[in-house]
Amino acid sequence: MSDLDVFRREVRAWLEENCPPEMREPVRDEDDVCWGGRHFTFKNQAQKDWLDRCIAKGYTVPAWPKQYGGAGLSAAEAKVLRDEMARIGARPPLSSFGIWMLGPALLKFGTEEQKVHYLNQIARGEIRWCQGYSEPGSGSDLVSLQTFGEEVHDPVGGDHWVVNGQKIWTSYADKADWIFCLVRTDKTNKYQGISFLLFDMESEGVSTKPILLISGSSPFCETFFDNVKVPRDQIVGELNRGWDVAKYLLGHEREMISATGGGDRAGALGAMLARHGLEDPVLRAEIAQFDVDSLAFTAMSEKFMDEVKVGKGHPAQPNMMKYAGTELNKRRHELVMGAGGSAALEWESQASNDGAKARSWLRTKANSIEGGTSEVMLNVISKRILDLPGA
Amino acid sequence: MPLYHNEDQAMLAETVSGFMAEEGSIKNQLRRWRDENCKDGFGHALWKQFSELGLTGILAGEADGGLGMGHVEAGIVLSEIGRNLTPSPFLTTAVMGVTALNGASDELRGRYVPGIVAGETVLAIAIDEGAKHRPERIVCKAEKSGNGFRLSGRKDFVIHGASADALIVAARTSGSESDADGITLFAVPKDASGMSQDSVRLVDSAMASHVTFDNVELAGDAVIGEVDGGRELLGRVLNAGRVGAAAEQVGVASGAFGITTEYLRTRKQFGKLIGEFQALQHRAAHLYSELQIAEAAAIKAQQLLDEGSEKADLMVSVAKAKAGKVAGLAVREGVQMHGGVGMTDEFDIGLYMKRDRALSEFMGDHYYHAERVAKLSGY
Repeated sequence: MSDLDVFRREVRAWLEENCPPEMREPVRDEDDVCWGGRHFTFKNQAQKDWLDRCIAKGYTVPAWPKQYGGAGLSAAEAKVLRDEMARIGARPPLSSFGIWMLGPALLKFGTEEQKVHYLNQIARGEIRWCQGYSEPGSGSDLVSLQTFGEEVHDPVGGDHWVVNGQKIWTSYADKADWIFCLVRTDKTNKYQGISFLLFDMESEGVSTKPILLISGSSPFCETFFDNVKVPRDQIVGELNRGWDVAKYLLGHEREMISATGGGDRAGALGAMLARHGLEDPVLRAEIAQFDVDSLAFTAMSEKFMDEVKVGKGHPAQPNMMKYAGTELNKRRHELVMGAGGSAALEWESQASNDGAKARSWLRTKANSIEGGTSEVMLNVISKRILDLPGA
Repeated sequence: MPLYHNEDQAMLAETVSGFMAEEGSIKNQLRRWRDENCKDGFGHALWKQFSELGLTGILAGEADGGLGMGHVEAGIVLSEIGRNLTPSPFLTTAVMGVTALNGASDELRGRYVPGIVAGETVLAIAIDEGAKHRPERIVCKAEKSGNGFRLSGRKDFVIHGASADALIVAARTSGSESDADGITLFAVPKDASGMSQDSVRLVDSAMASHVTFDNVELAGDAVIGEVDGGRELLGRVLNAGRVGAAAEQVGVASGAFGITTEYLRTRKQFGKLIGEFQALQHRAAHLYSELQIAEAAAIKAQQLLDEGSEKADLMVSVAKAKAGKVAGLAVREGVQMHGGVGMTDEFDIGLYMKRDRALSEFMGDHYYHAERVAKLSGY
């Protein structure tokens, strides 16, 4: 028996013992998701137990090194864990922008102190993070951002930044404990004048306001900074070179968004929809075409992950994944609405789980906007992969 | 298995890509045989060269003188064939034919495989009975006759039929036309009495036969595999052909895409390189994404087939459907972006469009395979 088979057995036994039955049910709504953080209230004891047990084992971030709160698993072992969790339908113990986005950037650009401090907190779900990238007027065009950090030399309170400006589309800013934020620290250089700062959302001068969306929910906020004081050592990477960190992190964000685009779903959409009958042959045909595209995209995602592990693949590939994955996800939800008929229109009713289908459908329209629009992704592919003139 | 080529496969790809770009190029093969109005539609000398590289026996077992490789390796060859529109019996003979023969008796393998490995023998696959691929329905029948069989009926669009040393024929030996059981595969030699072929040139310059069997007497040893139990073996032959055609279409698509993007970088209009126009950039970038996805689907299907996975059937149809759609898009966009010259015979892009059309129909188009994906998924 290979080492990996032994590991699989151990994982299987551990999951059997430690994953509560309630955590093996599909996620139905936002309440079922464990985000952690200072103010998080667990939905039930099982949710808390599951998180605690995974933290103890390093399984919230299995591939991170042990000294940073991970389990130090190899890529192959991490895949075994993923597969075994998927096999029993286990929910992720912790959902976190810290894990998906900031963590990988800190692993690459953080100082040792920053890694030990922040990564462990992320792994234990102690800090809920939000992302301060977009600004009014700077959506996909991030290099035009205006939020400004002024350097202050303070012999008493220590050197720090004073940050002023406004961010928008800050997901869950109203629920977040800390923010990772792009701030202009040099007005003379467009690209190399941006720094990557981390700071507490409870700092004086930070305020947030949720934005009501067409889906009826408000996951995004406007966030305002009014003379916010940020200690000097809370910068990640080099001064004025925050764009390097930001781009690296965006790569991970795009992967994450594209993975929601039909990527990690097992099986065909048609099989799921057919339970309620698919009597319209034209609709059925469209769903079949979608399933072809979706299953092929899943192969693409798998190929990309395999290539990443060995350093193959084009660095701009996440842009392609983001483009294709989000367009696919929009199509998926159009088909779900089409198959659902009038029942999918119910917005406030028990039968519709308060319009879950309709709200999800509306939510997906943001997929091809957030994290860089589809058109920006296509620009990047033209320029960086296809090398088209003047692109 | 990771979803990319390992070192050996990458080396094979490099060898084949160099060989095909030179010896198998459009100028040296497709245009030449077409312009000479060649009755076979492909060059036998190139088939011999395939053999010298070991490619003809890529799927044949080592005991039979082959390389004993898998569909991933066959896919590498097919992809380069597609990229250069190289006319050759590789898919029908080395991929589908050998897959059928791998399920045959030692005697039958001994009769055909050495010739295939040597680049001398060509096989054709006779499954379809009509203009669309419908292997679920087989009418062509073989009745017991003494120790052998008597074959009657017809097969259509048998690629390389008239050039083949033998035809692999799927016929009904019992049951009615849509039964799963009752199918038997036969190797019918080219000189079989009572077999006649009406060979026609197709849009891509390949030659295809309409074959009529009029009480063709076959010896018992012409049977490949089991009598009445050929559906499973036929399934393997179909999977090999479908995943192979998908790989070839990925090659056609990336060949068309390559010359199109090159054109975008060099052609000027309105005082600008046309590749500077965002309308064209976005279409090219979209096509690139689709190509990457089709390529991944093809590799996934090849690997699952080689692993003998139960998911292979589904993924083979995903690959054929996806590759079909994407290659169709690639050639249409290619012709459109070439503008007027795309309509001329002098430019190659139109040849890609013709070859894609033929490959689309071969072993089931994207409608057929999307339907199969639905059925295999339980709806």
